[in-house]
Amino acid sequence: MEFGIVELSRLQFALTVMYHFLFVPLTLGLSILVAIMETVYVMTGRPIWRQMTKFWGLLFGINFALGVATGITMEFQFGMNWSYYSHYVGDIFGAPLAIEGLMAFFLEATFVGLFFFGWDKLSKVAHLAVAWLVAIGANFSALWILIANGWMQNPVGAVFNPMTMRMEMTDFYAVLFNDVAQAKFVHTVSAGYVTGAVFVIGVSAWYLLKGRHIELARRSITVAAAFGLASAFSVVLLGDESGYNATHSQKMKLAAIEGMWDTHAAPAPFNLVGFPDQAARKTHYAIEIPWAMGLIGTRSLTTEIPGMNELAEQADRRIRSGLIAYDALITIRAEREATAAAVIDQFENHSADLGFAFLLKRYVDDPREATEAQILAAAGDTIPTVWPLFWSFRIMVGLGFGFIATMAYFFWRASFKGMNFPRPALHLAVWMIPAPWIAAELGWFVAEFGRQPWTVDGVLPTALSVSALSMTEVSITLAIYIALYTLLFIIEMKLMLKFIRKGPFQDVEETDAWMARHTERLSGRHNADAVAMPAE
Amino acid sequence: MILHELIDYDVLRVIWWGLVGVLLIGFAMTDGFDMGVGALLPFVARTDVERRIAINTVGPVWEGNQVWFILGGGAIFAAWPPLYAVSFSGFYLAMFVVLAALIVRPVAFKFRSKREDARWRERWDWALFAGGAVPALVFGIAVGNVLQGVPFRLTEDLHSIYAGAFHTKFLALFDPFSLLAGVVSLAMLAMHGGAWLVLKADGNVRDRARRYGSIAALIAVGGYGLAGLWLAYGINGYRIVGDYLTDGPSNPLHFEVETTASWLTAYSDRPWIMIAPILGIGGGLLTFLGLRAGREVSTLLCSKLAILGVISSVGLTMFPFILPSSTDPRSSLTVWNSSSSHLTLFVMLVMTVIFLPIILAYTAWVYKVLWGKVTEDDVSESSHSAY
Repeated sequence: MEFGIVELSRLQFALTVMYHFLFVPLTLGLSILVAIMETVYVMTGRPIWRQMTKFWGLLFGINFALGVATGITMEFQFGMNWSYYSHYVGDIFGAPLAIEGLMAFFLEATFVGLFFFGWDKLSKVAHLAVAWLVAIGANFSALWILIANGWMQNPVGAVFNPMTMRMEMTDFYAVLFNDVAQAKFVHTVSAGYVTGAVFVIGVSAWYLLKGRHIELARRSITVAAAFGLASAFSVVLLGDESGYNATHSQKMKLAAIEGMWDTHAAPAPFNLVGFPDQAARKTHYAIEIPWAMGLIGTRSLTTEIPGMNELAEQADRRIRSGLIAYDALITIRAEREATAAAVIDQFENHSADLGFAFLLKRYVDDPREATEAQILAAAGDTIPTVWPLFWSFRIMVGLGFGFIATMAYFFWRASFKGMNFPRPALHLAVWMIPAPWIAAELGWFVAEFGRQPWTVDGVLPTALSVSALSMTEVSITLAIYIALYTLLFIIEMKLMLKFIRKGPFQDVEETDAWMARHTERLSGRHNADAVAMPAE
Repeated sequence: MILHELIDYDVLRVIWWGLVGVLLIGFAMTDGFDMGVGALLPFVARTDVERRIAINTVGPVWEGNQVWFILGGGAIFAAWPPLYAVSFSGFYLAMFVVLAALIVRPVAFKFRSKREDARWRERWDWALFAGGAVPALVFGIAVGNVLQGVPFRLTEDLHSIYAGAFHTKFLALFDPFSLLAGVVSLAMLAMHGGAWLVLKADGNVRDRARRYGSIAALIAVGGYGLAGLWLAYGINGYRIVGDYLTDGPSNPLHFEVETTASWLTAYSDRPWIMIAPILGIGGGLLTFLGLRAGREVSTLLCSKLAILGVISSVGLTMFPFILPSSTDPRSSLTVWNSSSSHLTLFVMLVMTVIFLPIILAYTAWVYKVLWGKVTEDDVSESSHSAY
């Protein structure tokens, strides 16, 4: 594969979106955790919970700033680097993005300022409401961007209009309640919640290991473990739901993740590990779990899941059908309203396959002049590179089950062992901090790389989506992005570490004084239940 | 779904032309003063405490204000996809410069006061200055280019091709007229930032904001008048020729366009639009007088009127053109040929009608909570939460 403007633009998009996605999951998770902590504060009046809110809120704020900054890049990049994509599907894709601004960005951005500046200006309850509005805003934002992304995976509720040369929306509800988008939304926000929980537990574990801020750390772990356990279950369950959805919407992605080249009699086995070989179209040394794939993918023992070879043959047929649509399209474009009814019929019967004809644009300017060899090559292009998907998916799933185990363990220690955590577990928690980021990035990679060669599955090839820019222009911006983002990453990490090392520094005297009284009361009345203590 | 046919396609197009204008004006009125404060920062605030006062006048609100810009971008994508596609890729490097400034700005706000180190703070102050001044300048330059027509053409597939090698196409943006438009834009937002600082700050910062703000107001008004004369005598306009549909499919290539002697013929066709430039110049002059006299709320309002007048005059003068093509006029984007589909425009309108009032309500509440001046005590007392 030669390295051209398409590859360079993809590289830039991948780098900027994965960089943006370093900050998003923590924003999602911490926003809710901070709001929960403040809720406990408002309900009990115990100063330690306000200190926790402010401390984790500060780390949230440092992270949030970079999430906002790198998010702007994403919104602009569609138009800047993917202008044909923007023209071709903007009628559908643009709407959720704009609604995201209306419903979510304004909410979180307007109230995030008040969250930090409003402690002395608002009543307790009003400030709590502000904290929740920030969290809700952040989560709404994820909803709308995933509705947009869900449409790229499963383009429902839209048809191609030959007069405007683009896809146009026909059913807003279908776009909104796209089952791929809904499963993706819950899966992604849950992943964010797990990230927040692992982060809070990891930092708190470090304090416990150092013997600092013990009260803050133990309470933080307790909240985060309960929240994280529910989220870890949710992330795995909704991941499974996404897999089930892919069986009808993205068969190729599913088969590639599975490394399944040939269609297997139902129920298909699941390749636990193996070595996919793109050239030979085989997966070597596969260790199979019988029936598992059929059960996950179809929830039945009798439905067949097609393999990649069969899907490529289907693509071949769809390319030929798409060429008929393309031929009619050229006539319609020239004749406009005067087009003969037969041509319009011809177009409408085949327009669902038009995108497949566009796959040939990589090889010839006019797809109708494509040779048999080119059609064969274009059909082969519909198979993504398998091994990165195969392995990314398995690492992600393995980490997902790891999160359930870790969260369950910490939840058990926090709830039933009096918030006492053995040192090895605390060490593990600190070392686990990067794990949810790895899982989240891999998950994003599987979703996007697995959709190749399409930007919109079956509708618009990636190679056709790019702007008419020069290599020089994109190289300049890519180089500056890398330099700027690296610099910001270093600064962000330094600040995060600085404030983690510093620990909670707000309301220290008040909190410590209350903590001392609280401890004294607990030790003074041996039979008293700590929870039943009157709040101050 | 047939509900959307309740409103005619061409009416929806005009509504969305107006709504995008409202969003861009909303952006200039709100985030405009944040950017103006950034651009004035080196002039109005010399010591660290003064800088922190100036920064903290916008500290709690800039983030929400910036969403007007992000929403403006999103609304252009949703309602005018061809405009989004052609302009963002056509102005590629210029957009990137704005983007870089907007990436650095949020980080600068957040990180500046997190360390005591004077050099650290000095660097972030420069970032805040650039984050305010550079986008303000580039937006004006972009408007200057749009008024003159942009060298792009659309292929039969509606791919947009922008003429020129990368450096010529970037440098060509900085022609004298566009630079003048850039100066007007920068001066206008600096004036607005000055008006904001007079309202929200005290002492030295306020005094200097009056001085530099009123200078900016004069430059903005003078430059705007000059640009108007230039438009009258030196720059050609565009018009659609032949029969065309205002509610037909969004395809620019179905239209024929030719150049005319001047955009300003619009003022003889639609004399009522004179109100926009009058508002622009009158608002600017009143802001100048208000800053001189040290009036607070009324000055900020006048400054907002000036912004309303200046920005809407550009849109009203060009209507129905949005992005004319200088090299292939047939490719020009107009209100009638570059919108989203009827259904999308309708759905987006419903969403906007529901959410825009809610946004305005809670934004107003936040401003009310934060009402009052930022003083030296504020930045030293609550130094943990302030920037």
